[in-house]
Amino acid sequence: MKIGLFIPCYVDVVYPQVGVATYKLLKHLGLDVTYPLNQTCCGQPMANAGFEKQAIPLAEKFEDKFKEFDYVVAPSVSCTAFVKLNYSRLLEGKHECLTSSKIMDVVEFLHDVIKVNHPLGTFPHKVSLHNSCHGVRELGLSSPSEEHVTPFNKIKDLLNLVEGIQVLEPERPDECCGFGGMFAIEETAVSAQMGLDKVQRHMKTGARFITGPDCSCLMHMAGVAKKQGLNVEFKHVVEILAAGL
Amino acid sequence: MSTGHSKAAKEFLKNQTYAKWHDATFWAVRSKRDNMAYGLDEWEQLREKASQIKRHTITHLDEYLDQFATNAEKNGCIVHWAKDANEFNEIVYGILKNHNVKKIVKSKSMLTEECGMNPYLEEHGIEVVETDLGERIIQLKGQAPSHIVMPAIHLNHDDVGELFEEKLGSEKGNHDPTYLTYVARLSLRNEFLTADAGMTGGNFGIAETGDIVVCTNEGNADMSTSCPKLHIAAIGLEKIIPNYDCLAVFQRMLCRAGTGQPTTTFTSHFRKARPTAHPMHIVLVDNGRSEWIGNPEHWEALKCIRCGSCMNTCPVYRRSGGYSYSYFIPGPIGINLGMLRDPQKHSGNVSACTLCNSCQTVCPAKVNLGDQIYLWRQQLDEFGTANPEKKLICKGLGTVYGSSGIYNLGTALAHWANIIPSPLMNCGLNPWAEGHKMMEFPKKPFHKLIKEIEK
Repeated sequence: MKIGLFIPCYVDVVYPQVGVATYKLLKHLGLDVTYPLNQTCCGQPMANAGFEKQAIPLAEKFEDKFKEFDYVVAPSVSCTAFVKLNYSRLLEGKHECLTSSKIMDVVEFLHDVIKVNHPLGTFPHKVSLHNSCHGVRELGLSSPSEEHVTPFNKIKDLLNLVEGIQVLEPERPDECCGFGGMFAIEETAVSAQMGLDKVQRHMKTGARFITGPDCSCLMHMAGVAKKQGLNVEFKHVVEILAAGL
Repeated sequence: MSTGHSKAAKEFLKNQTYAKWHDATFWAVRSKRDNMAYGLDEWEQLREKASQIKRHTITHLDEYLDQFATNAEKNGCIVHWAKDANEFNEIVYGILKNHNVKKIVKSKSMLTEECGMNPYLEEHGIEVVETDLGERIIQLKGQAPSHIVMPAIHLNHDDVGELFEEKLGSEKGNHDPTYLTYVARLSLRNEFLTADAGMTGGNFGIAETGDIVVCTNEGNADMSTSCPKLHIAAIGLEKIIPNYDCLAVFQRMLCRAGTGQPTTTFTSHFRKARPTAHPMHIVLVDNGRSEWIGNPEHWEALKCIRCGSCMNTCPVYRRSGGYSYSYFIPGPIGINLGMLRDPQKHSGNVSACTLCNSCQTVCPAKVNLGDQIYLWRQQLDEFGTANPEKKLICKGLGTVYGSSGIYNLGTALAHWANIIPSPLMNCGLNPWAEGHKMMEFPKKPFHKLIKEIEK
């Protein structure tokens, strides 16, 4: 099984440690993982802002880089969801899209494909779990609170494999944090309010760490928390899964 | 880089006490709705069924409209067809004039709001009295609804108390909700008894029988149609459903989704006028709908049953209020309907969405609200309403990301941003800094680190 590692642009630049943790974790599990060089961005920021055409050349580039792999794995639910749900349409009339069916978020991949069920790292802390919207409602990492279905949460399942951890969830467990890409700079007031509300609900659980499967939500909440002088730390799920490995 | 909505939302959020109350109030409605949804094992099946019925009916609307009109006429009703708002207003005025109507009482109808019927009739000398309590309150206050199901939710009992003191002569300082309801009831009772005509909207039109079904919690539709001798029902084309089996699906969902009640207190079925009254009039209103059916990306907005649950769940609506949107219907469905109505006028609402998709996950008819907002954004450039700065940023990003050479150079330099003095970085020119402290860029991006790790 050949795995291509996709590290989205902002993870590459702002959160390289998340890329490192993902790579190490997959290697630790004995998997054949490769990071193809010269990756950039999936095109989501422009598309969500209304300029999806700017994403087409990036989709073609992405296809070239990743089409040979059996799986494309990324530590970012919204980028994964963007490729999965939009690339086929963006490449329509050019060629068949191969990567949209191969891409998986790292949580989904570990949970559903590798079916990890043995102890991973150690993290003796309370963490508050941030269920990112696109993970919940586009990739199905957890059951959406809106739907009447049997509750499940793949992120929680994985985190519970970590030694010493206590996983908590805030009130309104899957309400949006208010990032939304360009939304955060176009609707600054609502975005900041949503971010603050969300961080405060996370902190109310008593956890010192907020963790989630998407660095963009974490980046937004971290920026808001810092501006408001709130003392809380943010870690991507893979950083916790790989802690101490 | 702001929009019509974002500017209004910023103002709304300045009153933090009120904003918090607004958010909590609507979240409470969402929670009540959840309890109802969790209480029915077949909830998700009902949603799917509702969506299928609407898809089927809308794509066969010509047949069902014909069937509805034929049956309504067989029942003795007079059916009118209005192609737009203006024609609708003229038809209604014509009926009222023929019957020499001076005063009309009406139950809640967003369609009459859409068509601007009240001001039209008032200009023609007819007194219009809203009888839904929320609608009556905002009518007395001279305001528009801030929510489609709870139109006066933005006002508290003190606001209403002061309004009633001034308009209905209630006791000074007595803002007790039970007392205020009593005052409203007393005043409305008189209106019902002295009106010459009653108007209702319609939640559903049943093609198989020609019936109009109206759901209310206050019984005001029944009062409006039982006292005066003339009943006019106004209904949008998309409200037609095939039969009573279909109604059973929607009736179970409408109120559960909208207000978190198992059903509305009154579900009234109107087939024909009572023996001593004039024949019932039904006005079927197009006003853009037949054109929207032909829109391949947005026709599913017509599946909406106007329960309002997408507003209640929308994190942006809850934190910006109904008046922050330029269209008279706010929230996710309002963004979409506004764009169908007039994209040039209502593009400023399209920013009011994080694409969290809670709306389309909550929607009882599975309208793909968030997906549609995404698609509207793609068209803003074409409409000439795209923000030029945003366009420039996206073009710039396209160039940077399109070339790994430029990208690698840029990312290698990113950490220099850390040493830009904070006042420069956190200034008004950087919208990110309005709500956030800038992030720190590590010295080496991942694509450099991996080379060291792989060695």
